[in-house]
Amino acid sequence: MKFLEYKAKEIFARYDIPVPRGIVAGRPEDIADPPLPCIVKAQVLVGGRGKAGGIRPASNLEEARTVAGEILGMDIHGYRVRQVYLEERLDIEKELYLGLTIDRSAREPLLMASALGGVDIESVPREDIFMEHIPAMVGLQPYVLRALSGALGLPKDVIEQVADIVRKAYALFRKEDAELVEVNPLVVTREGRVVAGDAKLVVDDNAEYRHAEYAALDQDRTPLEEEAHDKGITFIQLNGDIGVIANGAGLTMATLDVLNLKGGKGGTFLDLGGTDDPEKVKQAFEILLKAQPSVILLNIFGGITKADTVALGVKQALESMGSRVPVVARIKGVNEDAARQILREIGTHPAETIEEATELAVKVRAGGA
Amino acid sequence: MAVLLTRKARVVVQGITGHQGTFHTRAMLDFGTKVVAGVTPGKAGSKVEGVPVFDGVREAIRRRKANASVIFVPAPYAKDAAIEAIEAGLKLIVVITERIPFHDCLDVIPYARSKGCAMIGPNCPGIITPGESKMGIMPSHIFRPGDVGVISRSGTLTYEIVNAMTQAGFGQSTCVGIGGDPIIGTNTVEALALFQRDRKTKRIVVVGEIGGTAEEEAAEFIAKEVSKPVVAYVAGRTAPPGKRMGHAGAIIQAGKGTAESKVRAFADAGVPVAEYPADVAKLLAAT
Repeated sequence: MKFLEYKAKEIFARYDIPVPRGIVAGRPEDIADPPLPCIVKAQVLVGGRGKAGGIRPASNLEEARTVAGEILGMDIHGYRVRQVYLEERLDIEKELYLGLTIDRSAREPLLMASALGGVDIESVPREDIFMEHIPAMVGLQPYVLRALSGALGLPKDVIEQVADIVRKAYALFRKEDAELVEVNPLVVTREGRVVAGDAKLVVDDNAEYRHAEYAALDQDRTPLEEEAHDKGITFIQLNGDIGVIANGAGLTMATLDVLNLKGGKGGTFLDLGGTDDPEKVKQAFEILLKAQPSVILLNIFGGITKADTVALGVKQALESMGSRVPVVARIKGVNEDAARQILREIGTHPAETIEEATELAVKVRAGGA
Repeated sequence: MAVLLTRKARVVVQGITGHQGTFHTRAMLDFGTKVVAGVTPGKAGSKVEGVPVFDGVREAIRRRKANASVIFVPAPYAKDAAIEAIEAGLKLIVVITERIPFHDCLDVIPYARSKGCAMIGPNCPGIITPGESKMGIMPSHIFRPGDVGVISRSGTLTYEIVNAMTQAGFGQSTCVGIGGDPIIGTNTVEALALFQRDRKTKRIVVVGEIGGTAEEEAAEFIAKEVSKPVVAYVAGRTAPPGKRMGHAGAIIQAGKGTAESKVRAFADAGVPVAEYPADVAKLLAAT
């Protein structure tokens, strides 16, 4: 789950990480008392806001409202701006970079810092980025902060503030189940204060159960994806028009890949998981049908999944929705003969292998079967 | 020989009284796994499928000489269960549970390693050595004893590939489902090293997917350290960037973790990559 900047800064403030003063607004007329002069920042879950014109200065209330009005409703890389954050303009002396993420290979958190902040970290030369693994078992030790201080080459009073922020950011990273905490830029002001200019926070979806407030976050999902999520269905909308539903993430991906090799384009990624509960299958199919696919391609390879109850769920969904969308079904699993019988009765196109099923789906779509 | 799991394993099932635990205890027993004990706190004295249940792992070891654990407990309690098993001295634990917060794994996995305990998973189908033992949820009937070692980040996709292999006459030495999470106990490189050392394994199949750099690291390791023929499959060639494709670990981020990069890395290491899942068996025939 990704946090909008202002939400991330709320969390930062909770951990006592210095952030600029700011207010959030959804309409220009709601802006009453912004910190002036200010920066008006589009709140979207995507990078590159600045270049897209989503971050602009304002000197007085009137200007702040005008600028906010222009930014609100903008489309930034496919994301509509629904909120702006008006933040005190910092008197910038220097911009640093600070990031905490996980290194999947090392299986440890990774601390990154650079004196060259304010730009895309990917563009900073490797030797100018301080990197250190923090073994979660032992936590952040003072030597790491000493090494960091040496590497960044900053005045003592500044580096002390940076080290303090790193300590707090690491506590946040661990306690909030974060997969990314990024401050870019971490601003050093002319008065020598160190403040989080921007804030990126991404947390682990799987940890939602221990952070009740995360459930209320706006997510990067289409309305249909949101509906599926609420029902506990793993569902992603894609660019194509063939509705793909399979069991297991790897098999669903592979089905989409094979479909592509056969000249078709998947419109959905729907992973049924290990379920063979007809009610859950029905719910999944209802979501799938709402995506308005031209053809549905069902691919189940169930070692222990009951194929007949999956077929029953398919039948119930198609009947209850009065759907005329053709279905190509390949089902392997327990009681697969009974499943084939049910699927034949409701007029689906049977297939034996992924290759056959995907070819057939492409043919049915073209009206050739 | 085989890797990690042989018929000598005396398995304790943590979370045996849950629906999954009970169902798969039956399936493991039917396969021939020596399931000697179950653990569910508060359920000591009961039996599941004839297997005695204890309150803790230490008791299961003391009373039933358990030497490996398979964990089915729900995600919020999985960290506790794993650490209990590691602390009790077990050297092999298989974590089937999905949706465990990865910060829990950042604690558990280095701890397991520091104690010399091999952990498989989480979010995995487990491990199976056909003809000997199974710790996990894989459908037993598609496997046959043989000489191909299988390493996979995925469940059902592995069944699809293994099924085609078995039909083509390629049995398996051991199949390790390493799991679909970003932080896992045994990664692709570590599993490759085990199969390279295993005398029974003559060839290796790696089933990878988008996200992270496990396949790139595997390719590099194969080029340097693996003398046995390796065949690969990579899922997610058509996956869009920025979307988590069902597995927590299957995501293309900041241009990293693409199928293209993985396929190229394997090709550069001389590892043939199957276009279709069923082609894995065909490529094995050519090794």
